[in-house]
Amino acid sequence: MSHASSLNSWSDALSGFNLGWFPLGLVIVAAIPLVFIALYALTYGVYGERKISAFMQDRLGPMEVGPWGLLQTLADILKLLQKEDIVPNAADKFLFVIGPLVMFVGSFLAFVVLPFGPAFIGADLNVGLFYAVGIVALEVVGILASGWGSNNKWALYGAVRSVAQIVSYEIPASIALLCGAMMAGTLSMQQFCVAQSGPLGLLHWYLFSNPIAWLPFIIYFISSLAETNRAPFDIPEAESELVAGFFTEYTGMKFAMFFLAEYGSMFMVSGIISIVFLGGWASPLPNIGSLALNDMTSGPAWGAFWIIMKGFFFIFVQMWLRWTLPRLRVDQLMYLCWKVLTPFAFIAFVLTAVWEIYK
Amino acid sequence: MQELGKADLNSTRIIPQGDNRVVIEKDLDTEYMVLSMGPQHPSTHGVLRLECITDGEVVVEAEPYLGYLHRCFEKYCEKVDYPGIVPYTDRMDYLAGINNEMAFCITVEKLLDIEIPRRVEFIRVITAELNRIASHLVAIGTYGIDLGAFTPFLFCFRDREHILNLLEWISGARMLYNYVWIGGLSYDVPADFKKRVDEFVTYFKPKVVELYQLLTTNEIFVKRTKGIGIMPADVAINYGWSGPMLRGSGVDWDLRRNDPYSVYPELDFKVALPDPKFCEIGDSLARHLVRAIEIDESLKIIEQCLDKMPEVDGFDPRAAIPKKIRPKAGEVYGRAENPRGELGFYIQSDGKSTKPLRCKARSSCFVNLSAMKDLSKGQLIPDLVAIIGSIDIVLGEVDR
Repeated sequence: MSHASSLNSWSDALSGFNLGWFPLGLVIVAAIPLVFIALYALTYGVYGERKISAFMQDRLGPMEVGPWGLLQTLADILKLLQKEDIVPNAADKFLFVIGPLVMFVGSFLAFVVLPFGPAFIGADLNVGLFYAVGIVALEVVGILASGWGSNNKWALYGAVRSVAQIVSYEIPASIALLCGAMMAGTLSMQQFCVAQSGPLGLLHWYLFSNPIAWLPFIIYFISSLAETNRAPFDIPEAESELVAGFFTEYTGMKFAMFFLAEYGSMFMVSGIISIVFLGGWASPLPNIGSLALNDMTSGPAWGAFWIIMKGFFFIFVQMWLRWTLPRLRVDQLMYLCWKVLTPFAFIAFVLTAVWEIYK
Repeated sequence: MQELGKADLNSTRIIPQGDNRVVIEKDLDTEYMVLSMGPQHPSTHGVLRLECITDGEVVVEAEPYLGYLHRCFEKYCEKVDYPGIVPYTDRMDYLAGINNEMAFCITVEKLLDIEIPRRVEFIRVITAELNRIASHLVAIGTYGIDLGAFTPFLFCFRDREHILNLLEWISGARMLYNYVWIGGLSYDVPADFKKRVDEFVTYFKPKVVELYQLLTTNEIFVKRTKGIGIMPADVAINYGWSGPMLRGSGVDWDLRRNDPYSVYPELDFKVALPDPKFCEIGDSLARHLVRAIEIDESLKIIEQCLDKMPEVDGFDPRAAIPKKIRPKAGEVYGRAENPRGELGFYIQSDGKSTKPLRCKARSSCFVNLSAMKDLSKGQLIPDLVAIIGSIDIVLGEVDR
């Protein structure tokens, strides 16, 4: 494999950095850039959401803090840090405190297997995709803990709805990702990107090179909206029905954690969909004769650029949908999952298997 | 306590809801949960409190509790002279102040039996219809929010802002106008009024189409509202419903045509009725549609009024106002078609005082809301929110 020599070179160099017996690089140095990337993606995801919604709604959005309000999210986080941290008397204190933490950790741990370019990934697990799907599902535990621990009826409704929704939508989402895994023949996130990069640019991506890939692509995109509780599937936090859903009772930084976890999962599912179906860090530009556009736009820095751009594109589509569509009802949501998406996911699975055998 | 997995024969219930059917199976012994919705809840449109008895997500019964915004309007009326009551009526249905003032003023004018200048009548109708559009925009926009669509709400408020600017320009206030006075108006309209209203109508017409495409024909919106909260026409009449709620049930009834007042008989407009091809008659979608159509009709009325409004040099809108309003002894009931239905005032005068002996307001929101208990039976919580939104209550008028 042409990339093999350079693949993960930066991550490997970082993790080889030991302080005596303690694998400092493996634990801390590799984690620092990841956390920074994640936090920047989140703060500017929040900023982007506010600006994008503002432009869709004939408003300006945040304009006061910094030029064009660029520092607004930082100011908001600072404000939330200063807020009083209220734990209701009637709440189950342990569950109430642990809920946002579990959710935040679940959302951030998934970044470990997200390859930011050919040279950098937190950990190139051979079951990376499986790990990502599994660790994102950890959020359910956090939601249930916070919803139940709040001892609030609205929070309980939100939590129960959310668990039913996320657990249900895991099924079509996982089957759709399995289709991608069959196409690539691997579960490693780096190998997904390697398999989809080549001199023809975006023609190597499964979405364009495989005639069936569009079906699991659409199924996974819809399911990922539901898994991250985004509109039109935001029924767990439906503010007009359930006040604020499972985080009704939360204040200050705990509330901010829910917020950041939501945006973290948004970026995560956008990353997964662009890795599995759209080549991850692979450049979309083809080599045209002597004009080697693909070679020019490949490499560690360009890889990071492409995957973040692809991720932002899907985040934009998620926001676009959120600010356009009304919310589905609980039973309609379940209908969509079990009677539409799951059968189609199975069809996609069989078709992909047939294609992979006889292509 | 039942054993797990051993459900008795009556443990499966089916609650039909139009073409959506909700099936509940009870395997475990369950109990009802009392859920207090409001008075601080985002979708009760103010300080309404609904005490819901819920079985999971299904509302077994919802009882509305009122009175959080009660301000003794009727008692105040007995202590204030007639012109002094007008500002209070603004504060009833605060989204349609001019309509309230107009309803009160035509009632007192009926009692006084005085002639109103034609130009005043036209200005009243134009401003009332503008206010009706503004009010329906709030209703439609907040209904979108209730169902999770945030953007239509801001589009509605953006367009409503133009109307509020116009009304602020002529009256000096954005919401609580005190513009229509008994026997006249507080001020004549400014010189460029016709031009600017015309500009607004031209600006607003494409926006109505945009709103229609964005919200009303949206697949999810239709799914959430069609067949939800169906009110048959006969029950609606028995409840005393009026306005868009009654027309949503398919009853062709509009006070502007059936009991005409002001210059409405001269104007050509249709009574908005829902299209049975698009919705089920009497459901939440039908009520929403009626409001959407009424915006179009109000625009038509405004255009006609602008053409027909007589121009008078040095016009004094206060000329016909009596120096001292002291009606002869008697009683009167006057009513007008408000954005939310029939607003009626019953006034009793003893013939000696400048204050009414009794002034009772018949509030459309209050009457419409009284059907809540019937409508909410067996609905899901999200549908309950859809129903409250379609009733379009303003708590200022419910509690007065």
